[in-house]
Amino acid sequence: MTVRKNQATLTADEKRRLVAALVELKRNGRYDAFVTTHNAFIMGDTDTGARTGHRSPSFLPWHRRFLIEFERALQSVDSSVALPYWDWTADRSPRSSLWAPDFLGGTGRSLDGRVLDGPFAASTGNWPLTVRVDGRTYLRRSLGGGGRDLPTRAEVDSVLAMSTYDMAPWNSASDGFRNHLEGWRGVNLHNRVHVWVGGQMATGVSPNDPVFWLHHAYVDKLWAEWQRRHPGSGYLPTGGTPDVVDLKEPMRPWNDVRPADLLDHRAYYTFDTD
Amino acid sequence: MPPLTRRRALTAGAAVAATAGLPAPSASGHSREHGHSHGHTHDLDHDHDHDHGAPEAFDEVYLGRRIQGRPLAGGHHHGGGYGVFIDGVELHVMRNADGSWISVVSHYDPVPSPRAAARAAVVELRGAPLVTLT
Repeated sequence: MTVRKNQATLTADEKRRLVAALVELKRNGRYDAFVTTHNAFIMGDTDTGARTGHRSPSFLPWHRRFLIEFERALQSVDSSVALPYWDWTADRSPRSSLWAPDFLGGTGRSLDGRVLDGPFAASTGNWPLTVRVDGRTYLRRSLGGGGRDLPTRAEVDSVLAMSTYDMAPWNSASDGFRNHLEGWRGVNLHNRVHVWVGGQMATGVSPNDPVFWLHHAYVDKLWAEWQRRHPGSGYLPTGGTPDVVDLKEPMRPWNDVRPADLLDHRAYYTFDTD
Repeated sequence: MPPLTRRRALTAGAAVAATAGLPAPSASGHSREHGHSHGHTHDLDHDHDHDHGAPEAFDEVYLGRRIQGRPLAGGHHHGGGYGVFIDGVELHVMRNADGSWISVVSHYDPVPSPRAAARAAVVELRGAPLVTLT
């Protein structure tokens, strides 16, 4: 059974194996297919039209399935690997071990944002960016460069306290847990972390940075924490909503899975805190 | 889409240096409402669009790059039928329900207007050419 651990607790060997699996998926082309899929959804999901991966109730189950697919791809390279999560309320500094050269590497240089150390630095030759929105082929970051701090645990708790999963109009204007976690409204959790990392993480091709998976694994864990706090609250809406994935409607691009199939993460993996 | 411009083949550094005289992506006609160069980085524009109607067209040189915005008809655009271009290459933009805007190079950080999204993209790009939308 896959156990997703806090990245801060990984052993040197676990980090090494995860990095090696990431580099192999990059080498064989499977990694970039995930970047392409994410960008297609982020450009296609709109507040006034069909919306599936973002700015909609299915933001959480869509990314849960997306991460499961990615984790299975990693495990096809090394069956011992699981996706770790980054608790950015705790590890909130560019000096965190997350950004050390033996794991994800650090922030980018001021000249052009280029990441210079770690296994994903362009100079290694192992991490060419092929799915791009601009001409730059190297991984970039500007950790904390936007001047805003990462969310605090108190801010997370304020969002976890919201008992309604999602609300009409089921988009970036919604009140409720999903949109506050996604960050289009309120204290801003998920969106703000993308902006804090900067570089490709702030763009539609954000999975180009491997921290994408660790960020979303923690967002996914917060969904599980919310469920535990609100056992009487379920996914909404439950039927008949135009442009929005209802509880028992199939979800693109897989079309073989519904939000209802993804509500209980323990069917797929557990967390080190479960 | 506008034709490939020479600009897109330039390196980032050269693109910063070479600024003026590029062809507009549109054939002709719309006025250069604010055609002068802005050296400042104010993001609180005086052209905030509101929840009603499409924002007005704009055309300026910002930090050495030509940014333009104008209403468009149909196509794959999700900016409420509004197109934004940097040096003639379309930047994918999107309008949020609250009237704020994002672009594909700054997708998690809403700003008040398409002009602000274009300026944010110029800052983010640091001279790099956009990749043409597909």
